[in-house]
Amino acid sequence: MKQGFFEILSNKPLTADVYEMVLSGDTSAITAPGQFVNILLDGLYLRRPISVCDYDENTLTLVYKVVGKGTAKMSAMEAGTKLDILTGLGNGYDTAKSGTTPLLIGGGVGVPPLYHLAKVLLAEGKQPKVILGFNKAEEIFCKEQFEALGVPVYIATADGSVGVKGFVTDALKVCGDYTYFYTCGPEPMLKALYNATEADGQCSFEERMGCGFGACMGCSCKTKYGNKRICKDGPVLEKGEIIW
Amino acid sequence: MVNTKVTLSGWELDNPIIPASGTFGYGYEFAELYDINCLGTFSCKGTTVEPRFGNPTPRIAECPAGMINAVGLQNPGLDKVIAEEFPRLKEVYNKKIIANVSGFSIDEYVKCCAEMDKQDIVGIIEVNVSCPNGHGGGMSFGTDAASAAAVTRAVKAVTTKPVYIKLTPNVTDIVSIAKACEEAGADGISMINTMMGMRIDLRRQRPVIANKMGGFSGSAIMPVALRMVYQVFEAVNIPIIGMGGITTTEDVIEMMLAGATAVQIGAANLVDPFIAKKMVEELPTVMEKYRITSLSEIIGAAH
Repeated sequence: MKQGFFEILSNKPLTADVYEMVLSGDTSAITAPGQFVNILLDGLYLRRPISVCDYDENTLTLVYKVVGKGTAKMSAMEAGTKLDILTGLGNGYDTAKSGTTPLLIGGGVGVPPLYHLAKVLLAEGKQPKVILGFNKAEEIFCKEQFEALGVPVYIATADGSVGVKGFVTDALKVCGDYTYFYTCGPEPMLKALYNATEADGQCSFEERMGCGFGACMGCSCKTKYGNKRICKDGPVLEKGEIIW
Repeated sequence: MVNTKVTLSGWELDNPIIPASGTFGYGYEFAELYDINCLGTFSCKGTTVEPRFGNPTPRIAECPAGMINAVGLQNPGLDKVIAEEFPRLKEVYNKKIIANVSGFSIDEYVKCCAEMDKQDIVGIIEVNVSCPNGHGGGMSFGTDAASAAAVTRAVKAVTTKPVYIKLTPNVTDIVSIAKACEEAGADGISMINTMMGMRIDLRRQRPVIANKMGGFSGSAIMPVALRMVYQVFEAVNIPIIGMGGITTTEDVIEMMLAGATAVQIGAANLVDPFIAKKMVEELPTVMEKYRITSLSEIIGAAH
């Protein structure tokens, strides 16, 4: 974990309430896809944990949905603003277990962390494919970015306006074989996937956090391997350890 | 050269900066971030005889200038703390710690304190009397002078190390409780624990926290903590470790002026994991700014 100041390079809407913020700063503490950062915002007491969508040596890309005061504040920020950010938080996805053709499944605002994961898997010579689930056509984001990586992208929309009508579990039936799965999204989606697939995989969880770095025990959960902190021992848990 | 040293019951600390229980784990998490030997000491996660998972989540709610937590004393239990956490800590930390202890009966406090007393890494035993009394209809030991005194007497009987009682502010008259603890043999007072509070989620129309209520902490409670430390300082002759919303190095000075011999930093650690280290580093500069040459000379100077 590192504490550092990042400068906003751009901050633009991707849909009505999903934004992409690109920042410059020291990203050296980030070690795995699926990790998150924790952002201090003026006037708000607790930092805001946001998953890392993408990063390179000195830029950080966050894709976030406006759901409350913190993200609303972030959405109004302009290029040049400096933010105090803790980076390199959480365990992230373990790509060693993926096999040759892992399936990445993102639901709504759970989509962003899968983007850098897809890049890492491709760099490791694997052939990932992606299922993205949204409510309706207007809420779709990141689709083009995934397609630009050259990976197969399957879309599921609840209203059927694009792709498979239904949930990501419905898209699971049309995406062909896969060796492993990686997912991030709302907990009901994670649970539905857990039950719908026989493959092994990893799920990224969300919880209200105090510190985000393992000190306060605010986000503990029970697993088959004992108590874990979503922020430090997670947010990614292996399928085999999850207790619903 | 300014002097930042303070003394708690014969234990000289390099400085009065002490991360508070529940915001610093068993120390080694923070040792990955900086050399925690720079601290005065720290108070470890509240330990109970049996392992505890604590409350269901969500356990955290944000407030203006603070937060509410209802962690529920999650800890690995006394045996594991002694067998695993302390040895791990000793690899990165060579000072003594404050062992924070909780219980749901007097027997539990006694058992936990007696074991902590045998540990060479423990400098002070800090007894959290804010937990509900399992035999007293769920009322907290710390909300009643007689119960707080009973816990104090019982743990003093089985310990040789200094015992500090950590008081809850959720009472009508904290002074009478502090005095009762002093009379029962307490070597010092830690104050204040969190204030009971709650938040309600407008969308769900339900409390944010699964446990409904929790402990409110953060800079918002500093004036309350300061007032209580000031009042208790006038009433007792044992040292006070002051805490409650301390966020800046100036806050440290202010709390000491009210009567604290040392201070604990709680919620601020969770927002800025480096805050305690920054305070240690800033202390000499801030002391010079206010023409303070020796910190121990300002304890209670506002009276």
